[in-house]
Formats: sequence, C-alpha cells, structure tokens
Amino acid sequence: MSTMIHAVYPVKADDYTFAGEASTDIKRKLKQLGVDSKVLRRVSVASYEVELNLVIHSDGGELIMDVDEGGVTLISKDVGPGIPDIQMAMREGYSTADEEARSLGFGAGMGLPNMKRNADDFSIESEVGKGTCITMRFNLA
Amino acid sequence: MTIQDIVNVLHAKVLCGEEKLSLPAKTACCSDLMSDVLAFVNEKTVLITGLTNPHVMRTADMLDLKCIVFARGKVPTDDMLEQAEEQGLIVMTTKVTAFTACGMLYEAGLRGVPIDWPKEGEA
Repeated sequence: MSTMIHAVYPVKADDYTFAGEASTDIKRKLKQLGVDSKVLRRVSVASYEVELNLVIHSDGGELIMDVDEGGVTLISKDVGPGIPDIQMAMREGYSTADEEARSLGFGAGMGLPNMKRNADDFSIESEVGKGTCITMRFNLA
Repeated sequence: MTIQDIVNVLHAKVLCGEEKLSLPAKTACCSDLMSDVLAFVNEKTVLITGLTNPHVMRTADMLDLKCIVFARGKVPTDDMLEQAEEQGLIVMTTKVTAFTACGMLYEAGLRGVPIDWPKEGEA
C-alpha cells in the first residue's frame, strides 16, 4: 500500500515542556485526512503516552508515523536505556518514573497497557543498553 | 445539565470558552493523575482537577474533552489559557475543593463518566 504520510519527530529526554508536541501534530495531520474521530482518539492517546514515555524514560529517541490507506502505524524508537523486564513494565500500576514525571500527573504505570489497549496491534522489543522499539498499528477500515 | 449549570452550581469563574456554555454536560471525572484520565476516560466529559500544568490541557486535547474545572481556586497560567483557547476548551475555576465540587455536582444530577474495565487477564 502506498504511504500517504510519513513523519518523523525527534523526542528529547526529560524535555517536559515540549512533550506532547509531536502527538498534537500527529492528531492535526490525521484530522486533516478525515480520520474517523474514534480512531483518531485512540491514536492520539497512544501517541501521547508513547511520546511521554520517551521523555520520561528514554535517553532520547524518535516517534515515526506512517499512514497508508489501511491504517496508521506509530513507531517509537529510542537509544536506551532499554527495559530489563518487559512483562513487569506491561503490568498496570508498575512504574519507574521519577518524581518530576509524577508531579506532572504521570508515571502511574498505565502507559504501556494503555497503548496496548488503544492499538489494534502492539509490539514491544527492548534490549538493555541498546534501546526500546514499540510498534503500534491502528486500522482505518 | 449544561456547562452553564456547572458554572452556576460551583459559583465558578469562566476563564475561557464563554461562548460555549450552552453545551450539554452529561458526565464528569475528577483526577490529578493524567495517566489515569488517559487510561480510563472514554467519552467527552468534564474534567475536575487540582493540577495546573500544560499537560492537563494536552491530555484534554488528546481525549477531545471540552471542559476543565480547576478546583480550590487554582488558575492556570496565561500560556495555558492561550493553549486552551486554541483547542476550543472551556476552562473555569472554582473556590471549593475538588471533593466539594464533585459533591455539589453529583447532588445537582451530574454523574461519573462510565469507564471501561480491562477484561480479566488483560494487562
């Protein structure tokens, strides 16, 4: 299927001021495309969660959006530090977020399970010392 | 109930979105934990919070919420209000605490937002 939109957003570690800018732009682009509001909402929530995770937990990375006729693919790639126990990280309520993230209303350990819930397909790969890659697919049909 | 009714019940001061007060308000949720709001809120509802940082506006935007009530007299910064205006949000502040605001609105007939419980065995 041909790609309709390909967008790459660099996300800096600990940059709480701009956290959410990428997701805002993703939402705007999909809205312009006329994506159904329910799907749009699921993509927006998952995108914001994954963007916040990059800011809170990673050493920096990027968020990539690809849109084709069948759906939206969101990929989050970072340069570390990697997740030692993915099963634990996927558990609701489990969080390693610091005080700053918590003071802003995040770090409740809902991020990864919430992404999984909102996406039609969700996969996560991680290697300690290397980084984490999350791929989410949202069907448009 | 309309948003205007919420303003009346809470003796709230509207900070932006005054032209939209006739919109209906069926449900509300109250949380300072945006993680929870992002995880459980599944309809366009009213958010009551004591948290004033730009991520409250951002969370509301991602979820398509239309109205935020800041409790205990808290007022967001001008930047936040500008952001809210761009998003088309209605923002108000009330002097009562979040607990009291919820109680007053419940008494007036407003109910909690229904939430999706995760299925058994699901993360």
